[in-house]
Amino acid sequence: MNRPDATAVAAAIRSGALRAVDHARATLDAIDTANPGLNAYHEVFHESALEAAAAIDALIAAGRDPGPLAGVCVAVKDNIATTVGQTTCSSRMLEGYRSPFDATVVTRLRAAGAVIVGKTNMDEFAMGSSSETCAWGVVRNPHDPSRTPGGSSGGSAAAMAAGLCDLSLGSDTGGSIRQPAAFCGIVGLKPTYGRISRWGLVAFGSSLDQIGPFATTVRDVALAYGVMAGVDAHDSTSAAMPVDDWQSTPPTDAGALRVGVPSQYLRNNDPAVTEALDRALGLLRAAGATIVDVDLPMTDHGISTYYVIAPAEASSNLARFDGIRYGHRAAQRAGEGLEDLYARSRSEGFGAEVQRRIMLGTYVLSSGYYDAYYDRALRIRRLIKQEFDTAFARCDVILGPTAPTAAFTIGGVTDPMQMYMNDVYTVNTNIAGIAGISLPGGVDRSSGHALPVGLHLQAPAFAESRLLRVSELLERLLSA
Amino acid sequence: MAEPPSSLSSKDVAHVARLARLHLDDATVESYRTQLASVLTHIARLGQVDTSGVEPMAHPMDTVNRLDPDEPGPVLTLDQVLMNAPAREGDFIAVPKVLGGDSA
Repeated sequence: MNRPDATAVAAAIRSGALRAVDHARATLDAIDTANPGLNAYHEVFHESALEAAAAIDALIAAGRDPGPLAGVCVAVKDNIATTVGQTTCSSRMLEGYRSPFDATVVTRLRAAGAVIVGKTNMDEFAMGSSSETCAWGVVRNPHDPSRTPGGSSGGSAAAMAAGLCDLSLGSDTGGSIRQPAAFCGIVGLKPTYGRISRWGLVAFGSSLDQIGPFATTVRDVALAYGVMAGVDAHDSTSAAMPVDDWQSTPPTDAGALRVGVPSQYLRNNDPAVTEALDRALGLLRAAGATIVDVDLPMTDHGISTYYVIAPAEASSNLARFDGIRYGHRAAQRAGEGLEDLYARSRSEGFGAEVQRRIMLGTYVLSSGYYDAYYDRALRIRRLIKQEFDTAFARCDVILGPTAPTAAFTIGGVTDPMQMYMNDVYTVNTNIAGIAGISLPGGVDRSSGHALPVGLHLQAPAFAESRLLRVSELLERLLSA
Repeated sequence: MAEPPSSLSSKDVAHVARLARLHLDDATVESYRTQLASVLTHIARLGQVDTSGVEPMAHPMDTVNRLDPDEPGPVLTLDQVLMNAPAREGDFIAVPKVLGGDSA
């Protein structure tokens, strides 16, 4: 992974030092070589990528501004709509599905000069933490191919970590950007709920979903975020609040920084994860930051709350897949009615984890159980939000591990509940709708492989500039 | 407030599958029964939290429905709308007989 970062690539292309077409061709060659072993990409857009790159070179030759992402090669998670290629959510349900429109994020990236190089594999419909529920085969971690890259945005994280793109896109409903970023040793940002348009993102949990970028550096995720963020007339949940340029926020003064650390984030972590967090805290303290004890007791109820709200919303969102207007339709049987056709189409099209979550969501919303589960979870959701508000009154950011462990072995976690616990530190960010980022924070060598460990910073809603500036500081301290 | 049930029967699972429009065979019903029971047991811990007087929060944003001006904008063409239909007849999506059939 000795590629320059996206910021450097764009600068080289904009200055004429590097041709966008040459860069795109080199990226496509790298994909062709490494992807068969990783299965990060489901589709690679050789032709359209080279055409887009040639168009960038033509703009530069004509003396026009090709945009801040000129010639930057971007991989897009396969639940984000693109008119080129398919949009399958790594599900047989959407095998062959072609979107008649581009997602707003894709339109904005293209307008900024980005070159879309392909669509990446993921856990089916973004439901998973290992990319093992992908209908097109498991994705492998570039740091150790016997391990998962995390999930659900595992293909985008693996492509980024293996140097098979300059930036990639993921979606994060309960940790699906941050946990794979941690497992793959890269940076992954989950912006505030509503900060980036979700027009063209196939819905999973509508009150939780957010699109965000992966990159190798903080400045790169900031660059991609800046291009994508902001209100969109196509998404009524996109926030109307103006997006501030993070660089207009002064760099973090470590001496004035208050870093909150909840005691609830310090238990049940593998030794290498504890070590990485301790090292980061030591560096921040040495730089002058104040470490503040904060209390987030609802951390323990995050997973349970999430596994009521997210499946409830998913069961409703995925009701649209009935085999009629689009998606898989079961072969018709004589004398069979429409309802049987819906049921067989859904059970043939959806994989086991998706059906499990639809069942769970349908159950918690069903008559007699709604109050005990859904209504209760929504009340606890408010308690989780209030707890963050109280904590952020005493600190600027909250620091902890992204996940309790480094990447686990493919096939190593078979119990659904154990798999869900991977997201213990990340789900509450989505439940509260605040911003979070995962940064490479250390290495776990206990398996004999050097496996990355992630550090997780959280900031209040719409405090992305602060979050990015603190991330930049921590990135610098960790690399010194 | 009803307390979450401590056990989940195969009948419960089959009922939920019907509500969810999923077609499950008996073996699948049984495997989902065990898995869902394990998840529901974990989730039942939410019952320990005192939520009295707490307003439910369905959404992270305070804003309510944002309305656009009622002006026609660009729309998809009929071919674009129908391009992913599994069965098409002219300008229509073909479906099995809905009325008057065996299962009606």
